[in-house]
Amino acid sequence: MSLANGLLYFFVAAALMGGVLMLVARHPMRVALALIGSMISLAGIYATLGVHVIAVFQVLIYVGAVMVFMVYVIMLLDVRDPSFLQRYSGSLLSGIAVAGLLAAALAAAVSRGGAAVALGADAEAAFRIQPFSAGFLREYWLHFELTSVLLLAAVVAAVAVIKGGRRNDG
Amino acid sequence: MDNAQLLLLASIGLFALGLVGVIVRRNALVMLMCMELMLNGVILSLVTFAAQSATVAGAVLVFLIFVVAAAEIGIAIPIVLLLSRQRHTLDVGAYGELKG
Repeated sequence: MSLANGLLYFFVAAALMGGVLMLVARHPMRVALALIGSMISLAGIYATLGVHVIAVFQVLIYVGAVMVFMVYVIMLLDVRDPSFLQRYSGSLLSGIAVAGLLAAALAAAVSRGGAAVALGADAEAAFRIQPFSAGFLREYWLHFELTSVLLLAAVVAAVAVIKGGRRNDG
Repeated sequence: MDNAQLLLLASIGLFALGLVGVIVRRNALVMLMCMELMLNGVILSLVTFAAQSATVAGAVLVFLIFVVAAAEIGIAIPIVLLLSRQRHTLDVGAYGELKG
């Protein structure tokens, strides 16, 4: 087994372990830390695949922005919340059954076949920062601009939600 | 089993774990994080297919999905904060009046 293959298996196992920890952890802060570990493992998978641009974005945007935001919100909330003490709702068995059936069906479809994916240096050439940026800003500049509109709309909506809630309270 | 199949199986596993979390957990914030895990599983399969085809379009699409996910969290967290301010709990069992 080559080094890249070993790293890939390690990061896949770590990502799945983070997902399992998210299900069994009681406090939301531990769930958030398990999710951060899972996301960093996913960034490791992307780096092993040679898709370094996406690995960097995964760490910067997901771990750096989204999860830090989430951790701040958890710290803002009341730690004596009863939902922290009782982890699971009544639909524990049916939820596991539904997700297990879905996973089994998808896995059966995937295991029928597929082409191998290149690891490391082979795939790296297509995903260097130079072809990515050139393609991004030459072909997809309109999509890039539209995401800025989307982010602006999200900011306005967040402010509207908070203001509207305050008006209902008072 | 080749690498592509391993990564697709891993993405199915992450998606299923996130789905279990959304269904069985009680805390609204934890459910939100489990939805993020589902999204991450789907992104893993997208990156696998992009690495197979070795085109820039896949990487660009993943970047745009990251931005949309950031916007989604930016609007979902204020809603969760508003819910917790109204009922003083994050237990989704306390918000049962939409059941009909």
